[in-house]
Amino acid sequence: MLTKRIIPCLDIKNGRTVKGVNFVNLIDAGDPVVLAKQYAEKGADELVFLDISATLEGRKTTLEMVLKVAEQVNIPFTVGGGISSVEDVDLLLKSGADKVSINSSAINRPELIDELSNKFGSQCVVVAIDAKQINGQWIVHLAGGSIPTELDLFDWAKEVEMRGAGEILFTSMDHDGTKDGFANEALARLSTALNIPIIASGGAGTIQHFVDTFQKGKSDAALAASVFHFGEIEIKELKENLKKNNIKVRL
Amino acid sequence: MNIVVIDYGAGNTKSVQFACNRLGFDPVLSKDSQVIQDADKVIFPGVGQASNAMDMLIESGLDAVIPSLKQPVLGICLGMQLLCNSTEEGNAKGLGVFDVSVKRFSNNVKVPQMGWNSIFNLESDLFEGIKNEAYMYLVHSYYAEVCEHTIAQTNYDLNYSSALKKDNFYGVQFHPEKSSTEGAQILRNFLKL
Repeated sequence: MLTKRIIPCLDIKNGRTVKGVNFVNLIDAGDPVVLAKQYAEKGADELVFLDISATLEGRKTTLEMVLKVAEQVNIPFTVGGGISSVEDVDLLLKSGADKVSINSSAINRPELIDELSNKFGSQCVVVAIDAKQINGQWIVHLAGGSIPTELDLFDWAKEVEMRGAGEILFTSMDHDGTKDGFANEALARLSTALNIPIIASGGAGTIQHFVDTFQKGKSDAALAASVFHFGEIEIKELKENLKKNNIKVRL
Repeated sequence: MNIVVIDYGAGNTKSVQFACNRLGFDPVLSKDSQVIQDADKVIFPGVGQASNAMDMLIESGLDAVIPSLKQPVLGICLGMQLLCNSTEEGNAKGLGVFDVSVKRFSNNVKVPQMGWNSIFNLESDLFEGIKNEAYMYLVHSYYAEVCEHTIAQTNYDLNYSSALKKDNFYGVQFHPEKSSTEGAQILRNFLKL
């Protein structure tokens, strides 16, 4: 049986790992290549690197980092952040990334999803969606969650699937950084409405939150950052607990 | 040992190369027929869309070279699927090494299958030192049915071939280069053949 995935996320700026709490106040949590290797050894199923570098120079550093990660790490990884063209993706995949994650660029130009899935296959196209509830409606946000769009989360997710995305990484802005649990209602609705895998993101604080997102949120994978980076949750212990709750994991 | 990774424009060749490096081997990337024919071991990776990949093979003349190879050949993911008779993906004709067709998963399951799933009924020296039900990383929307060439199975939607073998040809649906230490062991087993 296919197992549920545990995915540590490493935010990268100029080649270093950082993690935003509610997307501000960056705290340094180490060298990405060293962290990535450690996570692979500790039983992480996949890794996500989110490049938040603002400069061209910073992005070049990321490309070098991708190559180093591919050299040393024997589990799959996704790279996201600032990707807006077929050429960007080509460079990342050629450097050894397994998948890329696009967000704002897909909202600005949805055809990019079609272009990428036609050229590289849906399996390497992850569409990240940041959303928060406004007057009871889940609204998609741009630019790390700071700018609201007109898009409804569920409509946009459906469109993304139709255009050829292989997976959706859904971050609830209402939950991100709170350590209060994932947005399981919205996740379950996404997972039921769509036929591609859904990664839950935003809100991980305890082991029970992971149990809940797989059972109640019907998520296929769960992503978290600080709880892993600062050793608050050990991946092995997390997976053992998931197994006890009859959730299929790779141990 | 002279290992060649076939580079025809449709594959995550870097990851395969790096995985071999981690095992102490130094493969070369090539699409040159002569270089491929002279290799001790050939790895045939593939990521992407089947009919596009097949077009690239035909364009470079590799569609005739690959099935005639005599040394051990390992097809990975789409590489394995292209070694089959045909695939529903873009209705492409395959290289016809494995006498089996490739079909799409039904909508009873999420497509693509993405993540770690177990392999069982292991029947080859390719799996020396690998436990039954070991987990491998898989990403695919199409599968090869169980057939006479099946040497490992996986269950998703149904039991399908996660590895195939015929004579000197091996194919794995999973990514050994991305499947942690067990995947590395399978790659090592292939390179030791």
